[in-house]
Amino acid sequence: MARRPLTVLSLLAATVLALASCTPGNPAEGPRTIKVAYQKTDAFTALDTMFQSAKKEFEAAHQGVTVELQPIQANDDDYGTKLALALRSPSTAPDVFYEDTFKVRSDVDAGYLLNLDSRLGGWADWEKFDDAAKEAGKADDGGTYAVPLGTDTRAIWYNKKVLQAAGVALPWRPATWQDILDTARKVKASDPSVIPFNMYAGKGTGEGTVMQGFYELLYGTGASLYDQDSKKWVVGSTGFTDSLTFLKTLYSENLAVAPADALDPNVWKKVFGEWFPQGKLGATVEGSYSPSFWQKGGSYEWPGYAEEMGVAPFPTQKGQAPGAVSMSGGWTLAVGAETKQADLAFSFLTTALNAKNSLDFTVASSQIAVRNDVAADAGYQSANPFVKDVSALVSVTHYRPATSDYPRISAAVQEATEAVITGSKTPEQAAADYDAAVAGIVGGEKTVRK
Amino acid sequence: MPATHRARQVARYLPVLPAILLLAVFLAGPVLWAFHASLTNAGLTGRNARNPQWVGLENYQRLLQDPVFPFSVGLTVVFVAGSAILGQNLLGLALAVLMRRARPAVAATVGTAVVAAWVLPEIVAAFAAYAFFSRDGTLNQLLGAMGQPGTDWLYAVPMVALVLANVWRGTAFSMLVYRAALGGVPAELSEAAHMDGAGPWQRLVFITLPVIRGSIATNLMLVTLQTLAVFTLVWVMTAGGPANASTTLPVLAYQEAFRFGDIGYGTAVAVVLLLLGAVFGVAYLRLLREQRP
Repeated sequence: MARRPLTVLSLLAATVLALASCTPGNPAEGPRTIKVAYQKTDAFTALDTMFQSAKKEFEAAHQGVTVELQPIQANDDDYGTKLALALRSPSTAPDVFYEDTFKVRSDVDAGYLLNLDSRLGGWADWEKFDDAAKEAGKADDGGTYAVPLGTDTRAIWYNKKVLQAAGVALPWRPATWQDILDTARKVKASDPSVIPFNMYAGKGTGEGTVMQGFYELLYGTGASLYDQDSKKWVVGSTGFTDSLTFLKTLYSENLAVAPADALDPNVWKKVFGEWFPQGKLGATVEGSYSPSFWQKGGSYEWPGYAEEMGVAPFPTQKGQAPGAVSMSGGWTLAVGAETKQADLAFSFLTTALNAKNSLDFTVASSQIAVRNDVAADAGYQSANPFVKDVSALVSVTHYRPATSDYPRISAAVQEATEAVITGSKTPEQAAADYDAAVAGIVGGEKTVRK
Repeated sequence: MPATHRARQVARYLPVLPAILLLAVFLAGPVLWAFHASLTNAGLTGRNARNPQWVGLENYQRLLQDPVFPFSVGLTVVFVAGSAILGQNLLGLALAVLMRRARPAVAATVGTAVVAAWVLPEIVAAFAAYAFFSRDGTLNQLLGAMGQPGTDWLYAVPMVALVLANVWRGTAFSMLVYRAALGGVPAELSEAAHMDGAGPWQRLVFITLPVIRGSIATNLMLVTLQTLAVFTLVWVMTAGGPANASTTLPVLAYQEAFRFGDIGYGTAVAVVLLLLGAVFGVAYLRLLREQRP
């Protein structure tokens, strides 16, 4: 009987010892690890390449530090969800991560991002970042929480062969929505087997629906989603109904893809990988990053894209000033608020975004440069034939309202487009339902009729 | 010796203590957390991620006003009734009865084919079903080979496609349960009925079914609860679309909590799902109890 307490004691002691060895040691000594979370898909590997090279560089310069890369294989929406879930708990939160610009503000509100103000001052390269791009990393308190990686614009991409075959004069530059419809009908009449002009719609393509589609329409009518001055959401605008009507025309006249195709989340892969290279699509609205899919090393290599493709700004509704419209997003790198090694994490961030890595990433993913030295680099300017055209659109571009209500509002817009293209609602009904949905999300007092 | 007696009573429960603890931690814990979270405005991001506020029944009030919610409950009931209660259950029973009469080779072949769908991991089965029903899928190619025009099944009739897919995937379970149950029906009962001139149909309805009533209730309960929770199949095949035409409650809960970052509201949907499961569970438990005189 006397031996039992001893056994228990020794077991307890062993447990305590085992637990003690589990507790993290002083971060200043011994091996240290930096966790880096980012997105990687079969069509987007440029970022992975950049982090692989930054890891090598950083580990060589910092003895005893391991950079643990945690690529998350998901589309934009699912990546955002996965990242937010990881950030909720300090034990799973990455030290450095890839963050969408429109989530910066709400994630700062959630306390996920570390304020970088004190550290940016000591980083010589920070001056080389474009001032407008720096805004993307700022939160409501005026502090900077994220460093921009690149930005983008949206334009009409068209297949010259398809348009030429229909007798459209090149270069094509539609001045109004009516021009787009006229050209699309012309293409349809000349070859009914091609898709004349596609615009994403519905919930399947998520943010793609609104960024490469609906917002180009909406902001081209003079209306907007959010009134920046009064900080209220706009409801009941004729621009909204007009934009839905335009989509309805495109889809009901079969000028765009079949609604069933539009609702497939992978429709964009067909746009880049099949329809454009095979000459089955006349034109679509897509991002400035489009060449990244076709250039050498891209997911859908297409050597002829430089000759066959053309780019044109998306026109305003009736050609009103400034004549063109574009949307911009972009991504940043941020440091986790709960990181135990803030200095080391920030240091890794500066390695990842140094001039060489930034240039390689910007070219590989066809981003619009946010560093002046990268923008001035000959390799960037000659990366693809469209750099100049799409960069010029920065002057007419718009940004999404980056508030924490935005994802729901965006979903309501996507739902309105889905209802219209499937024919389940008229544009007027869908717009009225959107207005009701917005009032439900933010509260009636935060909406304004315009 | 009441003290020793009590000690023995307590000691008796010791072996089940780990199981009870595990259930409390991994089952009761999350359920209680879900009830709690559904009464807050917890979010995935934004201010409410850091400091969730207690909002009482606000999420439930919002649910009642949400036009998608009653629609989603309806779809869930259709899905469960169509694919579990009618589809898997009846088809499983029919297969089990027929297999007892079929030649062993036929029974073995059919059994293997049915069980094959069931042993597939859910994600694989979901992709297989997607590949079958999708626009360029197997079904349309077969129809095309026969000169029939194809339909975009997942778009035109998403619920029909989902119900059929779930029947295909889950029938094996019911079939196995009923095969075991039928094996336990005393042969002399059937023989006696046969002697009295009862046909095969009458023997099934008046002898076999009453005898295996317990198995029927258990099977119904299990397939209902399994089907209520089906998420992967729906998510992979239709993701709830088009225009919410296949948004069952698990899909709705996922969308609200993770796509829109509204964890409080999403868990409120999950709690409703939990209650729906409890209603079915209680109903079947009563059915089980009533059969014992």
